[in-house]
Amino acid sequence: MTQLALRGVPLDRARVLRLLQDYGVYAGVLALLLANVLLTPHFVSAENFRTQAVQVAPVIIVALGMALAIGSEGVDLSVGSVMALSTSLISLYLGYGPVAAILVAVLGGMLVGLANGSLIAFIGVQPIVATLALMVACRGLANVFLPQLKDVRDPTMASLGSGSVLGIPYLVLIAVALALLVAFTVKRTTFGRQLLAIGDSRPAAQLAGLPVRRVLVVVYVVSGALAAIAGVLATARLTASDPTSLGTLMELSAITAVVVGGTPLSGGRVRIGGTVAGAVLIQLLTATLIKHDLPPSWTQIAQAVVIVAAVYAARERGRR
Amino acid sequence: MSTQMKSPVLDASLPEEEPLGARRGERLTALAQQHGALVALLLTVLIASVSFEAFPTSDNLGNMAVGSTFLAIVALGMTFVIVTGGIDLSVGSTFALGGVLAAWGSQYGTLVALLLPLAVCGLIGLVNGLLIAKSRLAPFIVTLAAMLLARGILLAVTDEGSTTYLVEERSFLATLGEESLLGVSLLVWITAVLFVLGALALRRSRFGQYVYAVGGNEDAASLMGAPVARTKIAVYTLSGLCAGLAGALNAAYLMSGVTILGVGMELDAIAAVVIGGTLLTGGFGFISGTLAGVLLLQVIKNIINQIGSLDSSYQQVVSGAFLAVVVVAQTWLGRKRRML
Amino acid sequence: MTETYDAGGPQAGSGPPGAEAVLRTAGVTKRFPGALALDGVDFAAYPGRVHALIGENGAGKSTLIKVLTGVYRADEGLVEYRGEPVEFATPLEAQHAGISTIYQEVNLVPLMSVARNLFLGREPRNRFGLIDFRRMHREAEEALRDLGVRVDVTRALRTLGIGAQQMVALARAVQVDARVVVMDEPTSSLEPREVETLFGVIRMLRDRGIAVVYVSHRLDELYEVCDTVTVLRDGKLVHTGPIAELDRLRLVSLMLGREMGEVRAEGLTKFSGEHETGGEPVLTARGLRVRHTLHDVSLAIRPGEVVGLGGLLGSGRSETAKAVAGALPPDEGEVLVAGASVRTGSTPAAIRAGISLLPEDRKAEGIVPGLSVRENIALAALPGLSRFGLVDEERVDRIVDTFMKRLRIKASGPHQKVGELSGGNQQKVLLARWLAMQPKVLLLDEPTRGIDVGAKAEVQKLIDELAADGLGVLLISSDMEELVEGSDRVVVLKDGAVVAELAGAEVTEDRLLEAIAAHSRAPEEGAPS
Repeated sequence: MTQLALRGVPLDRARVLRLLQDYGVYAGVLALLLANVLLTPHFVSAENFRTQAVQVAPVIIVALGMALAIGSEGVDLSVGSVMALSTSLISLYLGYGPVAAILVAVLGGMLVGLANGSLIAFIGVQPIVATLALMVACRGLANVFLPQLKDVRDPTMASLGSGSVLGIPYLVLIAVALALLVAFTVKRTTFGRQLLAIGDSRPAAQLAGLPVRRVLVVVYVVSGALAAIAGVLATARLTASDPTSLGTLMELSAITAVVVGGTPLSGGRVRIGGTVAGAVLIQLLTATLIKHDLPPSWTQIAQAVVIVAAVYAARERGRR
Repeated sequence: MSTQMKSPVLDASLPEEEPLGARRGERLTALAQQHGALVALLLTVLIASVSFEAFPTSDNLGNMAVGSTFLAIVALGMTFVIVTGGIDLSVGSTFALGGVLAAWGSQYGTLVALLLPLAVCGLIGLVNGLLIAKSRLAPFIVTLAAMLLARGILLAVTDEGSTTYLVEERSFLATLGEESLLGVSLLVWITAVLFVLGALALRRSRFGQYVYAVGGNEDAASLMGAPVARTKIAVYTLSGLCAGLAGALNAAYLMSGVTILGVGMELDAIAAVVIGGTLLTGGFGFISGTLAGVLLLQVIKNIINQIGSLDSSYQQVVSGAFLAVVVVAQTWLGRKRRML
Repeated sequence: MTETYDAGGPQAGSGPPGAEAVLRTAGVTKRFPGALALDGVDFAAYPGRVHALIGENGAGKSTLIKVLTGVYRADEGLVEYRGEPVEFATPLEAQHAGISTIYQEVNLVPLMSVARNLFLGREPRNRFGLIDFRRMHREAEEALRDLGVRVDVTRALRTLGIGAQQMVALARAVQVDARVVVMDEPTSSLEPREVETLFGVIRMLRDRGIAVVYVSHRLDELYEVCDTVTVLRDGKLVHTGPIAELDRLRLVSLMLGREMGEVRAEGLTKFSGEHETGGEPVLTARGLRVRHTLHDVSLAIRPGEVVGLGGLLGSGRSETAKAVAGALPPDEGEVLVAGASVRTGSTPAAIRAGISLLPEDRKAEGIVPGLSVRENIALAALPGLSRFGLVDEERVDRIVDTFMKRLRIKASGPHQKVGELSGGNQQKVLLARWLAMQPKVLLLDEPTRGIDVGAKAEVQKLIDELAADGLGVLLISSDMEELVEGSDRVVVLKDGAVVAELAGAEVTEDRLLEAIAAHSRAPEEGAPS
């Protein structure tokens, strides 16, 4: 059936553009990989891939929640601060054992998400503004809880941060598992379908009797929880809690991954595979520039250009 | 409806039909919105003066005044942007970039030291404005990218942040940061002049009317002949200029272009503007409120320092909570008004 | 190419003798993908005349207005302003030339003061280039007083009633030296007293020699304030002439395209006619009131019955359906399903009780365009098709398959995006969404508008079948034929109140026309104190 429909449509400019939006990110990842294999010395090594994967894992986890928020026609700017909050909570509660500390950290993230979601769903504050307020407050809270950098000396945390199974770091495994879980949620659950419908057409979703407010609250709670998990993992990897700098600009990286991955800012669509690929693309881009001795300043400038280009390309689809 | 007519010109003062209570309530909310920050500021200052001996000293007050000038100038530009219904997240980075460029430029003379940051930061603002007004991209994402871009340029200029340029000792820029007039720092005078100009531009110029109109109802504004795109481009450029100037003045004050400044400053600026009564949805706001908002944040910071036992991070918690409360109140009031 | 039209001279009967039309169109045609919105329309507005422009939904009124005011450009034909052919690129250009439009939704800036709105872009300035507020306020007060409105011009516009806001829009239009003022349903949300004031102003404009083009659905108003009337139907001009020469019944028949006594013996629709109805009402609505829109609407539907809701556009038909379905919270009134009270103002509550609404604006409020046919059909029923929050894909497939077959939905497959389907198939998808919920009552708001003839017949047949299965159906339609032939009973609305109810042999187009055209009783709120 689908093939039939495909054959009927001419391969015009709009279609090419659409293919580019949908699969451009994968092509980009492939192209970068290929270029690096050919041009970068010592690129093809297990160690290098492991380093890259470990670095990108927290970004992927945060971006998953961001993808849900953007799919509901919102955004969550508080994710970076939630990571910071989570790292201070870990340090604070590590005395009660690592499991308790992790649970408290994730719970904290969910509470922030609950606050975000309630402001947005029940009071009707714009997502940007609501999550901005929480972003400022959370960063402050994180610093209040833990005024300065503190080492995290705990065997469980340490193994979580640097351990691996069959050569694959735990961090990467967790990120992959979460990505699969979120993808499954979007594709196969009632919640996922309702989320997409709400993001695509709020009035239609309302008239169809969907629980719009509940879905929105859950979206931000999930986003908060994922950011907190990313905070836990980052803490484990660094074996230190640094609430001042952990997660700064993370919202930007997450939004970039989501947008580059082909999820439109106008909502109604969530591409988990694209989001993961988007995060990987940015990571590879950074790594490539660094490996070729281009300074970090160039990476930042390049990332800025990539964001604007991705949003600009997605703009066309907005005009259905 | 009866078909017979009364007099051809009706003396129907339509709004008079509303219940008086509703009208008074309307006035009160407007007043609360316009002067709420000022009242809060005065109360806080009063309480602080009574509670802490060191607070009402001229030294402390003078330091607070100088310390708030940089955020004030950034928030001034931000006010224009937010009144058009937009947002500018790049100001923290452009502020830092402005400082570095001014310090670097001071070795080539005062003119370069002042014009270079203005030119570069103004250009970044202009590009923001073009992408937002002409390509119709979302302001938050464009200015997020610009934030990264400005930080990147800053790093490129400073050898990846390893070089800190010093402001030439004998330059005019250095004078700006050090000298005072009638016992008040030149920086404060400059800020005061800018705020008077800004207030005149927003309230008393035609451009200001367009800014309000674009933020209040973009479609209507364009139907009424307001140059919507030009107005938007202008406010983002203005915001870039303000951030660049604030950065340059900050460099003059610190005598160097510190590279790690300005992180999170955009949030303080937005918080100050919103606490000052400007609606984040656009179309409504005051320069005077922004000033009150900036000072309020500064006083809170000072109080937290006075208490001593409290970590300075409490300031962020307080301003975040303040922002949330103000935004909830605005949304709630806005909804109530629509129902009237 | 060979088409010719008479572009010169005022049309006979439409203007005052000897006067030149200030704004006219000749043979204006406007096409949209799949629709001919305007088909060779000649229209002329004269100075000092109030010209009514009427027609049902889709007749082409708004398209014509948009062509006149520079929003659209005509595909064919000519627009002439003050004797010169013109082509306005933007509404602003038209406005500068002297054609001002007052929209239904006031197009001003609500947060700015009355005076600032009046003078935006033309503020009086002192010698320093700063705005001279004292002068601006004085002049604004004068301008509004000229229109008979006394108001504190420093107040924010949104604190004024809609009527007063419209006066400000009018004042702005007059101030920019308008020669033509186009008003698009200006009274739709006004209180009776505000309407009187507005009419006073319209008469004043007329006396100043301004041409007023007035769009409204309220017949009483047309007769009160207009001199000339132009009726459009299906994009064509069907009548132009002095309104005094046209009685109300004739006017309504022109709008609806139905002649008295011309009803066909056998209908063209696919409706079979009578349904077996009986028993207690499945749906009862009592005393629904919504500010500005509904004044005491009550109706009852029995199982197996199709109740038509008649009336002109703006009479409160859609609002009634929305109030019943929980999408428009009523200020007063109750809704009962099978005798049990339903919480008003909540769509989930209404849906749980078995009420389903097919909204009028299919694209904005009905379909979720980015989702597939399958997901759109299953959307409302999802919680029932899931276990522990997981969608039971097999059951969804079965239901989707059943309804795609039963409703003969034409798509490349269940995974095609609904936004890509034709209007008729989109409508069927929405019907399927509701049928999957096994509702007791279906509220259908213009179910066949904008869909092609074949699909229309199918949908009509389906409505018939659903009623035969024992559903209660509320049918809203601007298509007289569809309404009369599809309904067992017709409740006629006017200005948000029930004015007549036709049952059995009374359900004919003649009776319906009469009921719609009848003079309305003075509404209670409008009674002068």
